[in-house]
Amino acid sequence: MRSEREICETCDGGASASVLHAPHAIRIGNRRLTLGVFVAAVAALAAVVAAGIAAGDAATATDFAQKNLAPSLAHPFGTDWMGRDMLLRTLAGLSTSVLVGLLAATASALIALVLGTVAALGGKRADAAVTWLIDLMMGVPHIVLLILISFALGKGFWGVAIGVAVTHWPSLARVVRAEVLQCKEAAFVSVARKLGQGPVRVATRHMLPYVLPQFIVGLILLFPHAILHEAAITFLGFGLPPEQPAIGVILSESMAYLSAGMWWLAVFPGLALVAVVLLFDAAGSNLRKLVDPHSSQD
Amino acid sequence: MPRFIARNIVKFVLLLLAVSLVAFTLVSVSPIDPVQANVGQAALVNMSEAKRAQLAEYWGANTPLWERYANWLTAFVQGDLGMSLRYNAPVADVIAARALNSLALMATAWAASGVLGFALGILAGANRGRLVDRIVKGYCFLLASVPTFWLGLVFLVVFSVQLGWFPFGFSVPIGVSAADVTLADALHHLALPALTLSVVGVANIALHTREKTIDVLESDYVRFARARGLSTWGVLRHHGLRNLALPAITLQFASISEIFGGSVLVEQVFSYPGLGQAAVTAGLGGDVALLAGIAVFSAAFVFAGNFIANVLYGVVDPRMRKGAGRA
Repeated sequence: MRSEREICETCDGGASASVLHAPHAIRIGNRRLTLGVFVAAVAALAAVVAAGIAAGDAATATDFAQKNLAPSLAHPFGTDWMGRDMLLRTLAGLSTSVLVGLLAATASALIALVLGTVAALGGKRADAAVTWLIDLMMGVPHIVLLILISFALGKGFWGVAIGVAVTHWPSLARVVRAEVLQCKEAAFVSVARKLGQGPVRVATRHMLPYVLPQFIVGLILLFPHAILHEAAITFLGFGLPPEQPAIGVILSESMAYLSAGMWWLAVFPGLALVAVVLLFDAAGSNLRKLVDPHSSQD
Repeated sequence: MPRFIARNIVKFVLLLLAVSLVAFTLVSVSPIDPVQANVGQAALVNMSEAKRAQLAEYWGANTPLWERYANWLTAFVQGDLGMSLRYNAPVADVIAARALNSLALMATAWAASGVLGFALGILAGANRGRLVDRIVKGYCFLLASVPTFWLGLVFLVVFSVQLGWFPFGFSVPIGVSAADVTLADALHHLALPALTLSVVGVANIALHTREKTIDVLESDYVRFARARGLSTWGVLRHHGLRNLALPAITLQFASISEIFGGSVLVEQVFSYPGLGQAAVTAGLGGDVALLAGIAVFSAAFVFAGNFIANVLYGVVDPRMRKGAGRA
């Protein structure tokens, strides 16, 4: 475990992995490649967000002389019935989606961290309570729960953000709970206790570094789910309001024009969304390979 | 066994109570005014004060939450799910009529994705590392990133608009009276939504079956069977299928929650009059009774799926029996 972490630190620092000796040269190459994919995916996502924010005003600019145009060089994604450029609209929508996803997934991961830790360390009652809460969350179809929560909060940005945040923690909470439980039994924790370290110090110095890598990977792998559910709930009319640029809004509006043959309104924004989700997935699974070499074999 | 059943009944009742309470609370704390949401802004402004009060009374906007929930729960225990304000019919009737459509859709997709996923999983597992395996794996990972509703839209564009093979939404032809709708019509309308749901549902089961197939093919009894001269497909047919089918069926039962969630989106895309569409309409219109009814129905549905999965785990693997009893 120790040596793995050292490798990660050296990788993160960008320095050469001098910890490893020569026979592992091929693995270093793999790790570099993995790190490279991770960095590239994050950079691409950052670029999408930046482009979306930059496109902010231009995305809503209407030009009725240019309406209902099929994709061309001037408008690679075509234009809609108000003459808005679909590429700009899609970019702006993607950046909204990514930001909502980041916010909601981070909040969700924090809930998972707290509840997972409470379940693992809080005794039998707390464990039973958290487990029941997880069962309850899993017992209702995700979308139905999202509809209920978003409706309760009056829809809009906060409706969908909080809705996604409070529904995505169960699986990660289970992981955190298992990790903390395992860590509690570990020899190094009991040694630290016997050496007279207080619970806070044990938690921050010994348990946190052990759980953190799994947690961060779990967090990043939550993003795709969060983004897809944000888009879905917005599509159903419970999420972001129609005046905001969002992929869900674009797709639900496109439905009225599909029968008129305007396929580009739906196809390209959706493809872009799939690409963003794949980027998040690539970032998460490559980071997992870096912090958890066991999973890198498949 | 009686203890196992009793435990699950208690769990089921507690779950339904919690779900109905959560659904009720959530819908009731919403700042969205049910009167305005259903009447519309313009009509609301022009309405007389008395009429507005009457409508507020109808939608129960002024009754406190606890009183409403207590009333609903008392009626629920007596088998009365209340009135759907939006559809102006008993909730039980609305759910029953739409559940039939939804169940047809979900059952088709459930079975199709199960069979297809199972076949793809075995195909990939038996050809581990080869091109077929990579294609199946790539397909599954790709599908995990594809939003269900977008796939539905793409299918609409391709099969309904461009090719004209399938109707553009709804569950029956437009302008035909209910009595004249043939089974073929219904199936024709069902095909595209079901196809969308199945294509998305394949990923999970295919990847799981692939892992299991690889495990089976590496086992000692398969090595022995091979030594006796059986081919890979012979081994899979005689020794693999039994070991692979039950876990796959179990997994498929446990994934009912996802299929239900997917059906909500697919029904919205195809204007298919099922439970999911009713849930969306109820949610947008503040129809508390219907929304709570659908939430409870979906929870019961998912619970049934998980329960069957738990029992099947016990059947498949005797070592799990203790675990199932505890869970």
